[in-house]
Amino acid sequence: MSFLRKKLDDLKRPFGKGQKWERFAPAINAFDTFLFVPNHTTRTGAHIRDAVDLKRTMVTVIIALMPALIYGIYNTGYQYYIQTGESFTFLDAFLHGSWKIVPMIVVSYVVGLTIEFIFAVYRGHEVNEGYLVTGLLIPMIMPVDIPLWMVAISVAFAVLIAKEAFGGTGMNILNPALTARAFAFFAYPTYMSGNKVWVSEASNLDAISGETILGTLAAGGNVNYSFFEMFQGSIPGSIAETSAFFVLIGAVILIATGVGSWRIMLGSVLGAALVGFLFNLWGANALMSFSWVNHLVVGGFAFGVVFMATDPVSAAQTNKGKWVYGILVGVFCILIRVFNPAYPEGVMLAILLMNVFAPTIDHYVIQGNINKRKKRWAAALKTA
Amino acid sequence: MSAGIRTRRGATINLVGEAEKILSVANPSKTFALKPDNFFGLVPRLMVKEGEKVAQGSPVFHSKTDSRIVFVSPVSGEVKAVVRGAKRKILEIVIEAKNGDAVVHEVPAAKALDRETVRNILLKSGAWPFIRQRPYGVLAEPDIVPKAIYVSTYASAPLDVDYWFLLKNNLEDFQNGIDVLNHLSDVPVKLSVEANFLLDFESIKGVDKLPIDGPHPAGNVSVQIHNHSPLNMGEKVWEVRPEDVANIGKLFSNGVFSAQRTIAVAGQSVLQPQYVKSIIGAHLSSLFEISGIDNTLQNRVINGDVLTGKAVALDGYLDYFNNLVTVIPEGNQYRMFGWLPFMDNKIPSLSKTSLSWLFGRKGYRTDTNMNGEERAFVVTGEMEKVFPMDIYPMQLIKACMAGDIEKMEALGIYEVIPEDFGLIDYANTSKIEAQEIIKEGIELMIKEVG
Repeated sequence: MSFLRKKLDDLKRPFGKGQKWERFAPAINAFDTFLFVPNHTTRTGAHIRDAVDLKRTMVTVIIALMPALIYGIYNTGYQYYIQTGESFTFLDAFLHGSWKIVPMIVVSYVVGLTIEFIFAVYRGHEVNEGYLVTGLLIPMIMPVDIPLWMVAISVAFAVLIAKEAFGGTGMNILNPALTARAFAFFAYPTYMSGNKVWVSEASNLDAISGETILGTLAAGGNVNYSFFEMFQGSIPGSIAETSAFFVLIGAVILIATGVGSWRIMLGSVLGAALVGFLFNLWGANALMSFSWVNHLVVGGFAFGVVFMATDPVSAAQTNKGKWVYGILVGVFCILIRVFNPAYPEGVMLAILLMNVFAPTIDHYVIQGNINKRKKRWAAALKTA
Repeated sequence: MSAGIRTRRGATINLVGEAEKILSVANPSKTFALKPDNFFGLVPRLMVKEGEKVAQGSPVFHSKTDSRIVFVSPVSGEVKAVVRGAKRKILEIVIEAKNGDAVVHEVPAAKALDRETVRNILLKSGAWPFIRQRPYGVLAEPDIVPKAIYVSTYASAPLDVDYWFLLKNNLEDFQNGIDVLNHLSDVPVKLSVEANFLLDFESIKGVDKLPIDGPHPAGNVSVQIHNHSPLNMGEKVWEVRPEDVANIGKLFSNGVFSAQRTIAVAGQSVLQPQYVKSIIGAHLSSLFEISGIDNTLQNRVINGDVLTGKAVALDGYLDYFNNLVTVIPEGNQYRMFGWLPFMDNKIPSLSKTSLSWLFGRKGYRTDTNMNGEERAFVVTGEMEKVFPMDIYPMQLIKACMAGDIEKMEALGIYEVIPEDFGLIDYANTSKIEAQEIIKEGIELMIKEVG
């Protein structure tokens, strides 16, 4: 370890204060702090600090994403092979999925991190860890057949417009990963919906097609999947969103480590279940009579609620606000699904909409606290 | 006795090196120092010159805004040096101890005392700075009558002292001090006592006891005020530390300014952590002679606790108010892949991304490493977990950063002082320096609102 440390210190020398490459220090620091927690000691404030830092928090989210990602890779291959009718093993399916998805992840990280590094050098601050999660999320919520250049453009749009334009990690209003998806959704609609994008190679081979369950329902079709298939995730859909089961494992990791807000997750489920149940009673069309239980496991609802709605930067920040925010995400998700057949996937728009309203929700929660304090002041003045 | 205060939010961080309940007496220190910086918001005006002789209790400097508030020498001797920093700011006034007289004040019999006399004696004798005022934690204004006076005997910070052990041989002076302070306010002194040890202070009369139950920062006076009778705009409350109550009591029994300080010398790097009897401003070496320090380590010496104390050189001096000196190792080493979840579980952590809760029974060993780098605010809800007040800490910090006075006021800046944010400094993921931000916020408030 000390050998590596020495090498790194030598390597970093030209990036030191007053040295030739000082401007590029954030770039080299990002690599250094990836290997080693730095030797910085406390200067002001508390003399001891918790072991947790932003890197650890973000890496925990990445770990929580792994089950859904691995299943998503497998499911990509599985959907392909059952359509072509070839016999296949788990490994075949997994390799086919990796062949499609790993390049997407690479493109996302390369484009996104390049922009992040440029901004870090330009602004003279350290590279923030936020993109480690965003960069993995973006490919996970795309249809598998989307061209790589579209992934690249969506990533660039999200990082530049949704994040850096507002000041970088911690300052953005919208969730960057969802912004990337929304951008692709509106800019390249033919690659983001229909029955030719959800299964690997469907856009190239006529024999292959596949519609998402919500798409089928919106078109008035019949759904032939059992609840178990929907829950387990062997259905067409965006890469990692299909399996509620593996998303749930991620949710357990996030809640157990305290990284994801259980208030938001539970609130969303309650909100969606309630609205879904009310629509079941009404039952005017196929989406309305689609059981509320099924609503919770199909489409991107589970994935969106667990990994996107809980993004602490774009969600409500107060505990009370998190409840309101979560419930409304659930409510709007089902409302959009049911009332707007053009957008069968409601959770993306529901979360983006609530991202915009999160500061308003917090404003009212905090105003409540302020009003209580001012009332107390007024009462004290009266008795004085 | 008032209804008890129970808080659940917060954390008691169990560190190794707690002071054993042994009381030793320090060898008399050869030099002493007074540091104007120990008094928040004070601008000092020197009253002595280098080389001038001072008696125990004779004034050394006074407050620029109120010349009645004088700060006196804890010992008799000679002013050895006035240490100045940038812009000629006075950092330390070093006094070399020599045999000499003490200033004796005339104190009327207890029955003849009234508010005016008590105030004058406190001011003249130099005991007034023992009293600090909320909001802001500044020196008390002599001309007001506070809503209440709080004395907290529950020290909840890591390795903090046991005030009962510290006071039990001194109860007469303590009672005397309480009686004196009762003249200054219309209601009896609020004496906060840890709920499990309520019987300790049973013999103390003339106080309104507040049983406190909860993890750190429940021992902080801000938390107690907030949960007992929160401070409203315009209201003022005073705070006196327990040993200073005894010091005031002593002053009123013999007329001499008393600067007694019993110090718990604690922390991982201390060889024999224990209590040492000393005097305000004493040289730290007189304490370490008794407790010993592990010199094989590179250490940080802290006047106060690890969350809110001030770093001081190994050959520095005691601060004015602290009853605790903590010595822990510096943490200037690298940790490979230390940012991975569940790595380095020996480092105490309140986050569940660490298994450190499994290792805390015998106390944690920790150092001064940042354990990460400063980042923008990202994680929400973690500050509230260690902040047992009905105040939104993150929003208040942001208001302070923005310098938005109206917002700071509305969000409760009057009810907090920087030390209440010690645990937030410690626990927050983004390594935000909350205490520093709140301190700057309060300085802005004093400048703009007064």
